[in-house]
Amino acid sequence: MTNDDWTEHGAAAIAAAVNGRERSAAEVTRATLARVRSVDGEVGAYLSVLDDLAMVHAEQVDGRIARGERLPLAGVPLAIKDNMCLRGTRTTCASKILEEWVAPYTATAVARMLEAGAVPIGKTNCDEFAMGSSCENSALGITRNPYDLQRVPGGSSGGSAAAVAAREAAVGLGSDTGGSIREPAAFCNLVGFKPTYGRISRYGLIAFASSLDQIGPLTRTVEDAALAYDVMAGHDPCDATSIQRDVEPAAFALRDDLKGLRIGLVREFDTQALGAQSDELYRAAYRDLELLGAELVEVSLPTAEYGLATYYLIAPAECSSNLARFDGVRYGLRVPGEDIRAMYDNTRAAGFGPEVKRRILIGTYALSSGYYDAYYVRAQKARTLIARDFERAFAQCDLIACPAASCPAFEFNAKSDPYSMYLMDYYTIPMSLAGLPALSVPCGWTTQGGATVPLPIGLQLCAPIFAERLLLGAAHAYERATNHALARRPALTAERV
Amino acid sequence: MKSDTIDIRHVAALARIALTDEEIERFSKELGDLLEHVRALERLDTQSVAATAQVVESRNVFRSDSPRPCLDREEVLEAAPQRQGGFFRVPRIIAE
Repeated sequence: MTNDDWTEHGAAAIAAAVNGRERSAAEVTRATLARVRSVDGEVGAYLSVLDDLAMVHAEQVDGRIARGERLPLAGVPLAIKDNMCLRGTRTTCASKILEEWVAPYTATAVARMLEAGAVPIGKTNCDEFAMGSSCENSALGITRNPYDLQRVPGGSSGGSAAAVAAREAAVGLGSDTGGSIREPAAFCNLVGFKPTYGRISRYGLIAFASSLDQIGPLTRTVEDAALAYDVMAGHDPCDATSIQRDVEPAAFALRDDLKGLRIGLVREFDTQALGAQSDELYRAAYRDLELLGAELVEVSLPTAEYGLATYYLIAPAECSSNLARFDGVRYGLRVPGEDIRAMYDNTRAAGFGPEVKRRILIGTYALSSGYYDAYYVRAQKARTLIARDFERAFAQCDLIACPAASCPAFEFNAKSDPYSMYLMDYYTIPMSLAGLPALSVPCGWTTQGGATVPLPIGLQLCAPIFAERLLLGAAHAYERATNHALARRPALTAERV
Repeated sequence: MKSDTIDIRHVAALARIALTDEEIERFSKELGDLLEHVRALERLDTQSVAATAQVVESRNVFRSDSPRPCLDREEVLEAAPQRQGGFFRVPRIIAE
């Protein structure tokens, strides 16, 4: 890496250089687009690369800087998960049913990033309609893990994760319903941050499960995650569930130690079950938290083990309702039939992939007459109990630390049975059900399970509702003290030159 | 919770998805397996627990009932699978 290689720099450094007129946004954008051309053939992070639009935005940013504006994300190359609308661009949700759909408006989170000076490089691959944990459910392409091309990048925000890991963007936007930002971040040596439910507007995020979906950043540093969060967070009249509260900027609350903080370790999350190497790495991570001044306390989340069962009723129920809109009438694919009913049936049969159909069917069943109370309402009650567990735990601690995923990145086709894939989100789902802010930060490298190159794993930190500043601040202290992310580089052909 | 097997044809009809015979067989098994897993919830005592629909503070959200800019009609209709003038065109719904 040389200082002139601007694809190596994070958002903070790029914005500082562009604001200080050391570099133009156009130069950084050209370098990033060149990087995409050289490595995305093997990574497959992007479904569409927005060369022309990126240059238009870059030149606008340079014009604003020339007129004396300072922009928090000036010239920062941005990868956008393809379930977020950007006006005039294809927004596919990695599905056949929206394969050709061009968004007529822009998501609020995306609009705020662009207004702050970020430059849209492209739209990234994901599991179809954000349903999956490996990106393998994409109907439109394969995304590979930049640290081992034989392995998945995680999901569902796997394209954004791979793009940022492969230096094809400095910030990736993801959406997290049960772990879809945090798990790919762990798999790709990144910071992945899901704020409190409602902190960032969902307007223009194509809905999967509305009571759980939350947009957040994937970045190579905690500082970059805080910068992006500060830009995106805050009330939006277009999303009635977005929180009407002031957001205190997190980028100014990053700390270098954990003195005075109590960090809870969850009794029920025994890391021995993850294998000897992972167990050792997580124990070392907890020791590092202590060395930074935190007091470790044991907390209990007795109903967390019911998280998966609860989630796999609530999320499909909401998905079956949300995806009812894809009927071939107003947009997207239409497959004709002898009457309108056959048109609906045929359109949805051809337009949705197996995982989406599976979840629509489960959700339809759980909401159907005679089963609603037994499944859906019971799951909503379990959700109450899980949220109460966290409330009790946070009476004893400021943050909770635990694994972000139950294993490192796995090989393609390794999880053939749906439930084994669902288990990937065991550690992230409880926080989603409780609406809590949580992030994954790199905490080491493992060759467990016969990996030929060391693979990254992530430490998950979780805070009470609205405590994003504390969460990002603490993650920054841990990251600065340990620097695990810097230990290795992506294993791309371009890296071996 | 009931232990009935899923009538997958009925559910698919409710969901408006045409399934192949192969899919019916596959989804019946997979959904049956998943329901076995979610039956774990029966072990929780939820008798006196209120249901949670949404976790973060929320109240009714009102806005003024006044016109404001909306999506451009022409741009939206551009995306229609079939259109006729200013309308979405669909197969006949009401018999002659």
